[in-house]
Amino acid sequence: MNIDDIKRAENVVCTKPRLLNDNNMHYCPGCSHGVVHKLVAEVIEEMGAEHIAIGIAPVGCAVFAYNYIDIDWIEAAHGRAPAVATAAKRLNPDRLVFTYQGDGDLAAIGTAETIHAANRGENIAIIFINNAIYGMTGGQMAPTTLEGMKTSTTPYGRRVDLNGHPLRITELLAQLPGTCYVTRQSVHTPATVRKAKAAIRKAFENSMKGLGTSVVEIVSTCNSGWKMTPDKANKWMVDNMFPFYPPGDLKNTAAEK
Amino acid sequence: MDEEVRLMKGNEAIAHAAVRYGVDGYFGYPITPQSEVLETLEALMPWETTGMVVLQAESEVASINMVYGGAATGKAVMTSSSSPGISLMQEGLSYIAAGELPALVVNVMRGGPGLGTIHPSQADYHQATRGGGHGDYHFIVLAPSTVQEMADFVGLGFDLAFKYRTPAMILADGIVGQMMEKVVLPPQRPRRTEREIAEQCPWAVTGRPAGRRPNVMTTLELDSYKMEENNLRYQATYERIRRNEVRYEEYLTDDADYIFVAFGSMARICTKAIDDARSMGIRVGLVRPITLWPFPEKPLAELSKRVKGMLVVELNAGQMIDDVRIATSGRVPVEHFGRLGGIVPSPAEVTDALKKFISRI
Amino acid sequence: MKEEIIIAGFGGQGVLSMGKILAYAGLMDNLEVTWMPSYGPEQRGGTANVTVVLSDGPISSPVLDSYDTAVILNQQSLDKFESKVKPGGTLIYDPYGIHREPQRTDIHVVRVEAMEATFDMKSSKTYNMIVLGALLAVRPLVPLESVMAGLKKVLPERHHHLLPDNREAIVRGMELIAKE
Repeated sequence: MNIDDIKRAENVVCTKPRLLNDNNMHYCPGCSHGVVHKLVAEVIEEMGAEHIAIGIAPVGCAVFAYNYIDIDWIEAAHGRAPAVATAAKRLNPDRLVFTYQGDGDLAAIGTAETIHAANRGENIAIIFINNAIYGMTGGQMAPTTLEGMKTSTTPYGRRVDLNGHPLRITELLAQLPGTCYVTRQSVHTPATVRKAKAAIRKAFENSMKGLGTSVVEIVSTCNSGWKMTPDKANKWMVDNMFPFYPPGDLKNTAAEK
Repeated sequence: MDEEVRLMKGNEAIAHAAVRYGVDGYFGYPITPQSEVLETLEALMPWETTGMVVLQAESEVASINMVYGGAATGKAVMTSSSSPGISLMQEGLSYIAAGELPALVVNVMRGGPGLGTIHPSQADYHQATRGGGHGDYHFIVLAPSTVQEMADFVGLGFDLAFKYRTPAMILADGIVGQMMEKVVLPPQRPRRTEREIAEQCPWAVTGRPAGRRPNVMTTLELDSYKMEENNLRYQATYERIRRNEVRYEEYLTDDADYIFVAFGSMARICTKAIDDARSMGIRVGLVRPITLWPFPEKPLAELSKRVKGMLVVELNAGQMIDDVRIATSGRVPVEHFGRLGGIVPSPAEVTDALKKFISRI
Repeated sequence: MKEEIIIAGFGGQGVLSMGKILAYAGLMDNLEVTWMPSYGPEQRGGTANVTVVLSDGPISSPVLDSYDTAVILNQQSLDKFESKVKPGGTLIYDPYGIHREPQRTDIHVVRVEAMEATFDMKSSKTYNMIVLGALLAVRPLVPLESVMAGLKKVLPERHHHLLPDNREAIVRGMELIAKE
C-alpha cells in the first residue's frame, strides 16, 4: 500500500476533524498541544458550534492556535484572555466563548484576570495547558514548575526558598463559587485523551447552559523544555507531575444542578 | 428618550451620553476624579433598557482588555479612567490600535507623575497624543472644554472610531469632569443589531457562519514584510485622519497680536483672561485645539505669519508647546505658562503671564 | 446679567448642595450656569467650597479669582475669600463659629445668623436652605419658584415630602434679612 492508496476514501480508518486545517503545526513532536487542539476542534464540530464559537488564544506556545482551528479567534495580550473572554461573552451571550491558556499566561501574569473571571462566574470555558515550563520563550520557570525541576531560569532546580512554591491554581479556582466544573486531565494515553475530550465537551456545554466558569486543566508535557524524548516525557509526567497535580474532577456542581 | 436639557457633571454626562448613543458595553475601574462615570452607569441600569453591559472590572488592565475583547466582536465598547489607570491601560491600547479596533477611552486627567494628586491636570498630553504604549501608533484625541462637549464627544468619538477603525480618546481634566453645567443630551438611539454589526464590521469575531473564512483578531505578525505592510496601513489611516479630522476653535484671533493656545478647561480660563487683557488694550486671541491628535497645525502656521507671539497655557510643565513649535517652525516666539501639582491658575494669573511674555519678547 | 458666586464652609454644611440648588434654579430660569466644586479630601469633612456662575450669556471660566458674592460659613473660608470679593460686591456670613469679623469696607457685608435660626427649625438639615434664602433676599438672582423647581430636580423623589420644610427654611432665611 503506497501513500496514494492510504489516502483513498475506502481505506480511511480515521480522519482529522474538519475544523483542524492543513497548516503545519509549529508544535514540537510529542507536545500535548496538538492533541488538545484536535479535541477542541472535534468537540466544536460535534456540537455543531463553529458558527457560535469564539476562541481566545493566549501568549505562549498556543499563541498560534488560530492558525490551526478554523473558527473565529481573538488573540489576547499575555494573561488577559479571561478579561477578553468576559467581554466577548457578556456582549454576545449566545456564543460559545472559551480561552486556551498555558501556565505562565493563566497562573502568573494573568492570575488576577483568571481568578476574577472565575469568581464572577463568567459563562466561559478555560482550557489550561499545564506543562510546568515556559515553552515558547525557551524553557524558563513557570508558576507551576515543580520543586527541584530544572529550567533555564532555575538551572540547579526550583528552590522553594528562592522561587516559592509551585502553584496549584486549579485547586484555588475550585474554591470559588463562580466555577461550576473544575477538572484535571491529561492526554498521554488513548484512554486519557477520550476522558479529556469528554471534559472539554462538558465545559463547553456548561458555559452554553450558563452554569458558570468551567476549568479544564490538562497536565501536559513539554519534551523540548524538559529535554526528554516524548515517551520519556510522558513517563516523567506520570511519575512527577501527577503526584503534585493529580488527575480527576476537583469540582462538578454542574452535575448536581 | 428625546433630547433633554439637564444640569450635570461632565463625568455624569459621559455616562448618559453613552447609554443614549447606544453603546454596547462599558468596562471600568474606580479612580478619582472620574468614578461618577461608572457610578452613574450602574445607577442608570442600562442593561434593563438598551441592553448595554456595564461591568466593574478587577483592574484597569482587565478593563482595557475587556474593551479589546468586546471591540473585536464588533460592539461599541468603552472604558474610562484617570491618569494612573490610563498608564495601566497602555499595553491594551497598543493592542487595540494594532488590531484596528474602534473603541472609546475616557481619561479625566489628574496630576502626576506617580500617584500624584487627584486635582486637575493636563499632564497626559504627551502620553495621549504620541500613542502612549509601545509601537508606532496614534489614536484620535478629543479635548472637551464644556460638559456639553463631554456628552457630544462620546458620539463623535465612536463615530470617528468606527469610521477609521481606530481607538479614540476623550482627554478631559478634573475640572470638566467635576463641574456641572447645562447639557442637552442626545435622543436615545437603539444599539446596533447583530445584522448591522455583521454588515458594518465584516472583520468582527462573531462565530464563523458557514462559507466564511475564520475572522481572527490578532496583532502578532512574525513575517517582517507583512508586519511592515501592517505598519504602513496604520500610517495611511493616520494620514487620512490628519487630512480630514482636525478640529479647533478660534476666539478673537482676527485682529490679535498675541495668541493663547490652550485646550480643555484651560481654554475657558484663557477666554476670560482675553476679555480682561482686551479691556487693558492688549489684542490677544485664542486657538483651542479640539482634536489634540490630529493637531491643528495649519491654523497655527497661518497665524504665526501675522502675530507677534504665542503663549501656550497648559496644566503641565510644557507639553502641547512642542506641537505649537512644530506647527509654527520658529516664525514667532512660543512660550509656555502653566501650573503644576493640581493647581489651576486663575484668569488673572494667565493675564499676568501674558503681560510678562509680551515684555520679554 | 452675570453673577459669580463662591459658597464656602465646612463639609457637611450643605455647601455643595446649596450651590447645586442655586445652579438648578438658574437652569429653570433659562440662565447659563456652571457649578465647580473643590473636590477631594474636602468632601470628607474638611472645608468645602463651590463656585457657581449664573449668566444670561455664555460662561467662560468656571475657575475664578474674584467674586461678585461670597457666602461664608466658617472662619477658614472667611480668611480665604474675604479679599477675593470684587469691590462693591457682597459678602454674606454666618457669625456662628466666627471669631474675627469681616474687615472690608468697600463691599456690602451682610451678617446672617442662620445657625441660630436653624435651632428653632424642625430639622437642622435645612441650615443651607436658610442661608440660601438669605442669599436670595440680598441678591435676588432667581425667583423663589425657580428655586423650588430646582430643588424638586435635585431631591430624589423619595424626599419630595421634605419640599415644604425646605421652602419654609428658605423663607425663614429671607425673613432674617428683611428683619434687619
